[in-house]
Amino acid sequence: MIPASDGVAVSAERVSRHYQMGSALIRAVDDVTLEVCAGEFLALLGSSGSGKSTLLNLMAGLDRPTSGTIFAHGRNLSEMSRLELARYRSRTVGMVFQAFNLLPRMTLEENVELPLRLAEVERSERAGRVREALERVHLEKRLSHRPSELSGGEQQRAALARALVNRPALLLADEPTGNLDSATGEGILLLLREIQQSLGMTIVLVTHERPLGERFADRIATVADGRLVSDGVKP
Amino acid sequence: MKAGDLGELALRNLREALLRNSLTTLGVAVGVASLVAMLSLGVGLQELASKRLSQSGLFNTVVVTPRTNLRGLGRPRPANSSPSRASRPLDEGARQEMERLPNVVEVYPQIRFFTEVRYAGNPYTTMVAGMPASARGNGAFDGIQGSFFSGPTADEAILQIEFAKELSDHPSTLLGEELVLRYAERQALGAQTGVSDPVNGDSDDGAGSGFSIVPREKKLRIAGIVETEPAAGFGGFGSGRVLIPLEVAAALRAAQVNDLRDVVRGTKGKPSYASLTVRAKSPSQVEGIETAIKNMGFSAFSLLDATRNLRLFFAVFDLLLAIFGSLALAVATLGIINTLAMAILERRREIGVLKALGAADRDVKQLFFVEAGVMGLLGGTLGVGFGWLIGRAVTWGTNIYLRRQNLPPAHVFSVPWWLVLGAIAFAIIVSLAAGLYPASRAARLNPVEALRYE
Repeated sequence: MIPASDGVAVSAERVSRHYQMGSALIRAVDDVTLEVCAGEFLALLGSSGSGKSTLLNLMAGLDRPTSGTIFAHGRNLSEMSRLELARYRSRTVGMVFQAFNLLPRMTLEENVELPLRLAEVERSERAGRVREALERVHLEKRLSHRPSELSGGEQQRAALARALVNRPALLLADEPTGNLDSATGEGILLLLREIQQSLGMTIVLVTHERPLGERFADRIATVADGRLVSDGVKP
Repeated sequence: MKAGDLGELALRNLREALLRNSLTTLGVAVGVASLVAMLSLGVGLQELASKRLSQSGLFNTVVVTPRTNLRGLGRPRPANSSPSRASRPLDEGARQEMERLPNVVEVYPQIRFFTEVRYAGNPYTTMVAGMPASARGNGAFDGIQGSFFSGPTADEAILQIEFAKELSDHPSTLLGEELVLRYAERQALGAQTGVSDPVNGDSDDGAGSGFSIVPREKKLRIAGIVETEPAAGFGGFGSGRVLIPLEVAAALRAAQVNDLRDVVRGTKGKPSYASLTVRAKSPSQVEGIETAIKNMGFSAFSLLDATRNLRLFFAVFDLLLAIFGSLALAVATLGIINTLAMAILERRREIGVLKALGAADRDVKQLFFVEAGVMGLLGGTLGVGFGWLIGRAVTWGTNIYLRRQNLPPAHVFSVPWWLVLGAIAFAIIVSLAAGLYPASRAARLNPVEALRYE
């Protein structure tokens, strides 16, 4: 795990991400400044299209800001090459998506092993790491199952195991409960909370469900129309 | 990503879209098969032609004659002329010297003489030629009626078919019959007995100091009848219509043109040969042997230039066949591009996931590249197999046709190892080239857009 710089895991300084759609300029993220402390569980709240997922993608190094800078563990993501960004995603970041994004033709074991292959982890080490990650999400008995043989909650837990297997410092979750019923969603967030507390991991959760954010996150930041409208410790 | 992981993932991806990838691979296989079939035909025909020409003795022989300066005949040699360039007698010593040259199989004199042959009491004038035992492998003797000489000293003759027809309306009835050779034996003036043997070099018939002519007869059994004169028109084995074993011909000591020349020149010592035939191990060694003989002070002649033209012809022929064969492979290349481009569309989201999990552009590119390469390898290997089968089928069909035409079977196809390896390598290279654009496109995909793709 890469140590945070001065206790800050990720910081966005006056970050904007604009898209040109024909003659219209879309300000997906507009002049946002935000800090996420190491070991913190931040919930980014906002309605659909508010720009919270775009901000998350910028933190993940999947996208580059139009202006402003994003520092992750002391390094400016805007100045990194495509290869360096790929390494950053591989070694520092774990991602969980609303649609799970497990590869359907692979078993759970193979899906979870995939980030280890990309990070060129030794083959002998992989089996143990995969089992450990699946045990953490209580799916160790479903190793040889394909995603289609699992429930939505199990698939999201498998996706979480895949995000954790490389032991990232930063876990970015984009609407992880969006495709789940409320009970299952709560189960996933409980798991996230447990992981944050046991591993000291920094978590940024993007959600449009304020109650969930208030219940599980340490801090809530709200985004609307691409702007950060509130940022503070939950009431 | 490590090479092993890359290979595993690529194979897994190929297995997933099995039908489409199999059809693409089959397309590559058909393309390679077409290329291999065309080139195999070219190589096979070239080998067949080379074999036939080699068997004819035209292309692996050098004809050696004494060097004669016709323009300066009778004039004294200029003072500054090199002695090594002077005319050297083409005698037994020279023959043995040539036989010691590297890559020379044998050196023998041409013994040919016009004479009279009597059969059933009737005289016929014709050319008689001595044939070495090695001539048995000559292409002219394929399809001989009867048999080749039973031994190098057998009193037997092989007739050329046209001459045999002069002797009898039914040439095949001549086999086993006897004919009489009437010839002029050369005897040294004052020689006691005919103990000389110009072929073996112990001649003592004193041709250099003059000789007398004595009429002789020799009975020969007709052993075979051939369709063509061996190496007619070129020195090779000497064109004659009655062929007898070379040793028998030498023992006859029949007077030849060069005997008169030796007397005129007043040559002392051993008799010389009008010409020698030097047989090389293969046509490729003819050039070196020819040069060595010229350096020995003799005139040498071969059909090397003709073989060069032959090689040029086949190089152009092979090139044309390769171009036609490559057309199918070009179509297959488009198939690979299409398959991989479709795969990018289908796997767009997967590419996005891979990138989100830390795959570099290079990893994605290599993945598509390996998939294209595997299709090329499998298609190439399969294609070589198909090409070989096509070759077998064409050879089989050709031989049925040749049999119906009463012609000997022939291998018109040849798939040498270099063609097998070359075709597979070519298929891989073409496939990789075809994968270049799709792989680059996949690598450049924006991960955010790819993840959004449904």
